[in-house]
Amino acid sequence: MSYEEGIFYVVAAVTVTGALGVVLARNVVHSALFLIMALIAVAGVFILLAAEFLAVVQVLIYGGAVTILILFAMMLTRVRDMPAAMDGPQKPFAALAAAAFMGVSILAIVSTDWPGQTDKINVITLDQIGSTLFTTWAVPFEIASLVLTVALLGAIILARGEEGE
Amino acid sequence: MIPINNFLILSTVLFSLGMYGVLARRSAVLILMSVELMLQAVSINFIAFAVYFSPQQFTGIIFAIFVIVVAAAEVGLALAIILRLYRNKQTANVDEADIMKW
Repeated sequence: MSYEEGIFYVVAAVTVTGALGVVLARNVVHSALFLIMALIAVAGVFILLAAEFLAVVQVLIYGGAVTILILFAMMLTRVRDMPAAMDGPQKPFAALAAAAFMGVSILAIVSTDWPGQTDKINVITLDQIGSTLFTTWAVPFEIASLVLTVALLGAIILARGEEGE
Repeated sequence: MIPINNFLILSTVLFSLGMYGVLARRSAVLILMSVELMLQAVSINFIAFAVYFSPQQFTGIIFAIFVIVVAAAEVGLALAIILRLYRNKQTANVDEADIMKW
């Protein structure tokens, strides 16, 4: 096992631990902290895939903005004060569905004969990403900025409150 | 070098854990966090396929960028809706948002 595989197993263990903490933790704030751990570990996985730009964007946006938003929403909706509202009555069926999906998918992955070399990572440089983002993918890029503007306006209007406040 | 199956299996495990979280949790904020997990798993999958198998047209990396953008917008809007729900019904429990059920 090369050292890269060793590093991959360490990062994967941190990610899966974080994900298990998110879905199984009893305390809601612990779930949020486990989510932060999982998101930063996924940035590590991106670095292993030689996509450093995405790793930095992941840490900035997810680890910076999204988790702060979630913590604020938890603070404002007082999730802590209702511990009985944590898990629904459909928990065993959910576990069964998730386990069945995971089993079928992993079976499909290990039994597929992937064409081409499954060992070599082709590094894709940042200037390649940048130039295609503005030439081939220019229209989705503009639509993405439109989506962000609409989301910003929508969130302000939704959370603003009644008229006269 | 790392075989691609490692990344695909990691992505599948994350996705099923997120799926379990969405189905089993009752608070809206916890469901949102599980959806974030699922989006992470999908991003890993896309980037793995783009980097291993298609270096000329690396659609997966561009798609992962857009997944991050749309996920950030979705989290903002979802939390605004949850705040509205809490303001009206004093609860963030999705089981109690059933006015439109017959």
